[in-house]
Amino acid sequence: MSKDAILGAIRRGLKRGPLPADQRAMLEGRLATHPRHLIPQRSRLPRPEQVTLFVKNVEKEFGTVARVASAAEVPGAVADYLAQQNLAPRFVLAPNDELAALPWAEKPLLEFEARRAQPTDTVSVQHGFAAIAETGTLMLPSDPQRPTTLNLLAETEIVVLRASRIVGAYEEAWDRLRAERTDPVTGGFMPRNVMLVTGPSRSADIEQTLELGAHGPRRLHIVLVDDDPAALPEA
Amino acid sequence: MVQITSPAFKQNAARALADAGLQKALGKAKGAFLQRRAEAVARLPEFEQLRDIGRDIKNHTLANLDFYLETFAANVERAGGKVHWCSTAEDARAAVLEICRQAGARTVTKGKSMISEEIALNDHLEKNGVTPVETDLGEYIIQLRKEHPSHIIAPAFHLNREDWEADFRRMHTDLPADRVFNERRDILAEARTKLRERFIAADVGITGANFLIAETGSSVIVTNEGNGDLTQTLPRVHIALASIEKVVPTLEDATSLLRLLARSATGQDFSVYTTFSTGGRRPGDLDGPEEYHVVLIDNGRSNMIGSEFQEMLRCIRCAACMNHCPVYGATGGHAYGWVYPGPMGSVLTPALVGVDKAGLLPNASTFCGKCESVCPMKIPLPNMMRHWREREFERHLTPATVRSNLALWAWVAQRPGLYRFATKMAVGTLRLLAQGKGALRSMPFAGGWTQGRDLPVPEGGTFMDRYAKMQRGR
Repeated sequence: MSKDAILGAIRRGLKRGPLPADQRAMLEGRLATHPRHLIPQRSRLPRPEQVTLFVKNVEKEFGTVARVASAAEVPGAVADYLAQQNLAPRFVLAPNDELAALPWAEKPLLEFEARRAQPTDTVSVQHGFAAIAETGTLMLPSDPQRPTTLNLLAETEIVVLRASRIVGAYEEAWDRLRAERTDPVTGGFMPRNVMLVTGPSRSADIEQTLELGAHGPRRLHIVLVDDDPAALPEA
Repeated sequence: MVQITSPAFKQNAARALADAGLQKALGKAKGAFLQRRAEAVARLPEFEQLRDIGRDIKNHTLANLDFYLETFAANVERAGGKVHWCSTAEDARAAVLEICRQAGARTVTKGKSMISEEIALNDHLEKNGVTPVETDLGEYIIQLRKEHPSHIIAPAFHLNREDWEADFRRMHTDLPADRVFNERRDILAEARTKLRERFIAADVGITGANFLIAETGSSVIVTNEGNGDLTQTLPRVHIALASIEKVVPTLEDATSLLRLLARSATGQDFSVYTTFSTGGRRPGDLDGPEEYHVVLIDNGRSNMIGSEFQEMLRCIRCAACMNHCPVYGATGGHAYGWVYPGPMGSVLTPALVGVDKAGLLPNASTFCGKCESVCPMKIPLPNMMRHWREREFERHLTPATVRSNLALWAWVAQRPGLYRFATKMAVGTLRLLAQGKGALRSMPFAGGWTQGRDLPVPEGGTFMDRYAKMQRGR
């Protein structure tokens, strides 16, 4: 068996047999506590500045952000963005309870279907699980309410994100996933897929020169809902 | 196996130096990588500390590799996935083909994977009636040209824009022949359209893995284009190819390494898509593959454990070493003659294909040390190249003239009086030959060496002369 051959060769190289029980227990302890390493200072900021850093980093990576005061303003912000970009007011919406509860009826020109994305969709509206200020990164775990295809197939992806979901470092986002999600298959927290997304798709394969819009979305727009009083910009 | 032309490194390098198109491409691309990396590192004051942390994470993992691989495999299976343990390239090819057959696959899309090149997967699939389609933009054109990547993160490093346009016109014959490529973006848009059809039609998607995570049983890919994600999301079956040293214990460990990877590779703070895959579609999911397989490949790596080359297994394939290497910068990647070019290739290739075939590679180094100084995992690359030179010498693979000259030098060096006399004579002779110039363009009896190099002329006396003078001056 290849498995035994590989493990045997590794152990011969390490000049030992299988690990004794006490050492295994130590390693299992490390897995269970999953200790953090050094976290860069750049995201260790008061809440308002953390959100500002997130926005700044998204823009540095060629994404755009529209900040709105409440969830009720999201449909208007989506309609405005599509109009600005000269895009038809039509999109695929993540079948997400929070997004379904938004007052879409107030913008009757917007047409949408709540489902997974198809190759013919040009705009998708996705639900943001969390975001990381350190590099302007969105965390988008797959879920019946957050299909992965919405992150990939449309030329334009709009993500609705609440400011209270912005954390400083990646490690804090992992902690949220660990705390909030239970997987129906493993009983653990990891879903089938977690995408960390930083800006729109790009390639530098032609003469090492950056071009946006490779295979994924050409535009990434975030509608940021200020639901966190502690994170509001200081006047 | 990919045909190995490493034994012909000297001829390959000579051809590369004379290739005007290649030299143009290298000249254009190189500076950009160096500058972007330097800027990204400057933006993160903790970068040096993170290098130590990264090295320690990998050392800890390698010291317990058996435990972490077994834990990883158990967690893949808990999530409904399957792990295929493969000792050799042949085992891995057979495992992939069998999964494709079970899936009734006619075409498979592929994300960028160096291990796929290493096991020569595409040839094997084609021979057995399965069409592989590379979807990374650089890999796509390489496949159209029937070439191999010349760089581990920028496979088309050796091509110019004109090459792209010509190849697209030659291969995409269903499009109007008189279409105009005004911008690079037009080339990109055409590839996007062409590959969309392929993504949708594929039965199986094959990706590599930048990391495997023992804690969760996840494979991780890092891309900018999103092609890897389309590859693993749309087809019914996802296969992740990974070599055994890709495993790390936890998400926190992977996160620390990810802080180093993009900065060292492309000079980005973070790549656009970093994606963690764990098992297949869950109940209620509306998309994603139904089957998830990890093909776990050894292919010579377990033999490196416990050897003087173990530290090479820390490599995270960022390509910083080749981007900063004067030899890679002059010859490009194809001259190295196998899958992995540059300093990391000069250490890894002899370990995987044998020092008898790849012995010239660790000799193709000026030992300037730049590779080690930029390596995010602090791999002592020059030192390991020195170990390979020793092995080559021990196994009598070094050419006879080199061996006899080394023997002569050793004989002289063991006789201090003679050595001092000989070096004094050499310094005097070189200065005489140089006639006041700083370097010699040609040398009697060493024309082969000076053909591609200038020999600097000693400025002062011998080391011993100068040392004696210094001592007197104290």
